[in-house]
Amino acid sequence: MFVGSGMEWYLPVIWSLLLAVAIAMYVVLDGFDLGMGILFPFAASDVEKDQMMSSVAPFWDGNETWLVLGGGGLLVAFPLAYSIVMPALYLPVIFMLLALVFRGVAFEFRHVADTSRFLWNIAFAGGSTLAAFFQGVLLGGFVQGIKVENNAFAGGPLDWLTPFALVCGVAVVAGYALIGSVWLVMKTEGAAAIRSRARAKMLLPVVLVFMAIISLWTPLAFPRIAERWFTTPNLFYLAPVPLLTLALSYYVWRWLEKGHDNLPFFGVIGLFLLGYLGIGVSIFPYLVPPTLTVWETAAAPASQVFMLIGTIFMLPVILGYIAFVYWLFRGKVREGEGYH
Amino acid sequence: MEFDPAMLARIQFAFTVSFHIIFPSFTIGLAAYIATLELLWIGTGHERYHRIARFLTKIFAVSFAMGVVSGIVLSYQFGTNWSHFSRVVGNVIGPLIGYEVLTAFFLEATFLGIMLFGWNRVPRGLHVFSCVMVALGTTLSAFWILSANSWMQTPAGHEIIDGVAHPVDWLAVIFNPSFPYRLAHMVTACYLTTAFVVLAVGARYVYSGRYPEDGRTMMRMALGLIAILAPLQAFIGDAHGLNTLKHQPAKIAAIEAHWENEPGATGVPLVLFALPNDETERNDYQIAIPHLGSLILTHSWTDTIKGLKEFPRADRPPVAVPFFAFRVMVGLGILMILVGWLGVFLLWRRRLFETDWYLAPLQHIWPIGFVTILSGWFVTEVGRQPWVAYGILRTADAISPVDGWAVATTLALFVFVYGIVFSGGIYYINRLIAKGPEGAAVEPPVGVPTRPLASAHKATRAAINNPGE
Repeated sequence: MFVGSGMEWYLPVIWSLLLAVAIAMYVVLDGFDLGMGILFPFAASDVEKDQMMSSVAPFWDGNETWLVLGGGGLLVAFPLAYSIVMPALYLPVIFMLLALVFRGVAFEFRHVADTSRFLWNIAFAGGSTLAAFFQGVLLGGFVQGIKVENNAFAGGPLDWLTPFALVCGVAVVAGYALIGSVWLVMKTEGAAAIRSRARAKMLLPVVLVFMAIISLWTPLAFPRIAERWFTTPNLFYLAPVPLLTLALSYYVWRWLEKGHDNLPFFGVIGLFLLGYLGIGVSIFPYLVPPTLTVWETAAAPASQVFMLIGTIFMLPVILGYIAFVYWLFRGKVREGEGYH
Repeated sequence: MEFDPAMLARIQFAFTVSFHIIFPSFTIGLAAYIATLELLWIGTGHERYHRIARFLTKIFAVSFAMGVVSGIVLSYQFGTNWSHFSRVVGNVIGPLIGYEVLTAFFLEATFLGIMLFGWNRVPRGLHVFSCVMVALGTTLSAFWILSANSWMQTPAGHEIIDGVAHPVDWLAVIFNPSFPYRLAHMVTACYLTTAFVVLAVGARYVYSGRYPEDGRTMMRMALGLIAILAPLQAFIGDAHGLNTLKHQPAKIAAIEAHWENEPGATGVPLVLFALPNDETERNDYQIAIPHLGSLILTHSWTDTIKGLKEFPRADRPPVAVPFFAFRVMVGLGILMILVGWLGVFLLWRRRLFETDWYLAPLQHIWPIGFVTILSGWFVTEVGRQPWVAYGILRTADAISPVDGWAVATTLALFVFVYGIVFSGGIYYINRLIAKGPEGAAVEPPVGVPTRPLASAHKATRAAINNPGE
């Protein structure tokens, strides 16, 4: 592990935090619109499908841009990590991208299509579900570690294919479906909202079970993660993470019961961030677990500084106009209402 | 079966990047055109500008979505398929792509939401502003990605430490020697591509007599732009070629299929047609015009350029692809100039909208810009081989340590998925064009030739177009 000081220590830390923010933004924002896609086949009618679609139509493109920032950010700030992680996870990355291609064009094609609309409904739901699944597989494949020799990936194309990674894939599908359902509780009216609320109450315990499975599996299977969590004083600092998760889940459940429209969505975002924090604690400072750290994979300081300047100026501007668009298209989508 | 991972990775990237560039080529120009239409709408109050803008926005939405999803793929392929490239030049290329995301992607993605879905929700001024922002975003995107590509062609402002490129002077990196030429050439090409699509759609409406008013407006605007930009593009291309001769002489030698200067030669001929033969290092069936090559390439009668044989075999690009693709590009470019000038001439003589022999084929000219742009990119990308970053990293050394079968599998999937998506896209865009602008008069209303009778004709048109609904 790099021991040093000054810029060469701070820059990679700052960049790993920025990258973490970008990926968190992606998971939350594209999470709800992929989740809406996962729930798409369960819509009762075409009217409800249109309503679901309209609730994310103005946002999905911006949401997906965080994925480009996540991938691009890794290339910018940690080119060595990018050049090892991407080949290691080659197949799931490409499968995920192809799934996103299908669902992305389905947004527009479905709207123009007529008799072939049902095909694009399938493409949309299938693409959303597979994209979510492979994102979970990527997470699992990343956490379980990558074989590295001479600063290059040294494993085979199917190294990622483990029971752990597959469970992570299903877990992310469930998680996105949950955040998609509470998004619909917030953004729709009528039958769609009622059904979404029932679905959210069904999905919440499922997601909690998956969070528990992964939280137990990782320390049992990977000693480095057990060491991080179950040694003092870490244990005391980290104990609030699972406790907060439980408490917040209870509140989300209550809010759903009591008929709140907006609180469940923000509660689930909180749950996502807690889970995300847990993974971050397990991984940091490794960017290619279990061998290479953020310092060892960092780009040249000149590159990190050049990009940091732009990010400091642009990130507030970007967040500003994203907030503006969400504000502009605030409120609920009624049955039969579309923006087109 | 054995797969060569390097060749498969190259085919895969050539396929995905060629597929992708089709959509930005169109949407960069279309965003600017829609913004112009909306500004005209605000400025003049003429409803037809609004109608055409709204109609084209639907086509824009479908094209833009295909551009976005195929673009995300590319941003990950640098790592999945070209990991050694990312490692060697990531310090330099990474931030250029990073700036593209920060300054362009979020801007266009966010304001696209307002552009597509805000028609009835936001004030007119804000909608126009959003269109301008989307147009700005697409152009900024072109700026950064062409800077990155140009750096790979003509690297500058860096130093190599332990085999890895490190930035020294960012301005020199961004504004590397070929960048201004490439940017001007590509942005002009995008505008021409869009103008020819608009021209073809306009011609279709005028020729068939459906929505003739909107069709005439589209044709006039497109022809005006083409008549100026198409010849201008020839000059930009010429300047770009001279720049390439200076920095990548082997590429020019391949484009011209110029193997060697004969002893005592007083000038380079222009090869009109030939079958370049890599084995014998000469051209078969050559038809050439003496001295014209010198005139075009060096702007003199007798100066010569380096022949391919002056470069070691290992440093030469393949000849056939740059040679033929260049001729396709230039040929179509000349056709663009002729079509544009002929159209403007007919417009000036007030015969344009009655000249069937011009209108009928014009309906089908829409692919011309796309084919020309793809040809141009094949020239420049194949012509810089065997380098991926010129003089720094060879393409064969840039690939990821991924087994051939995995790359072959994903290549097959890309062909399958993109095949479906592309067919769907073309089919649905064609459908939108067939449907036409909403609220446009089908026939010019009797006695009031320039004013639409929107509501009266809307019902008629709907009944004609959608008998089932």
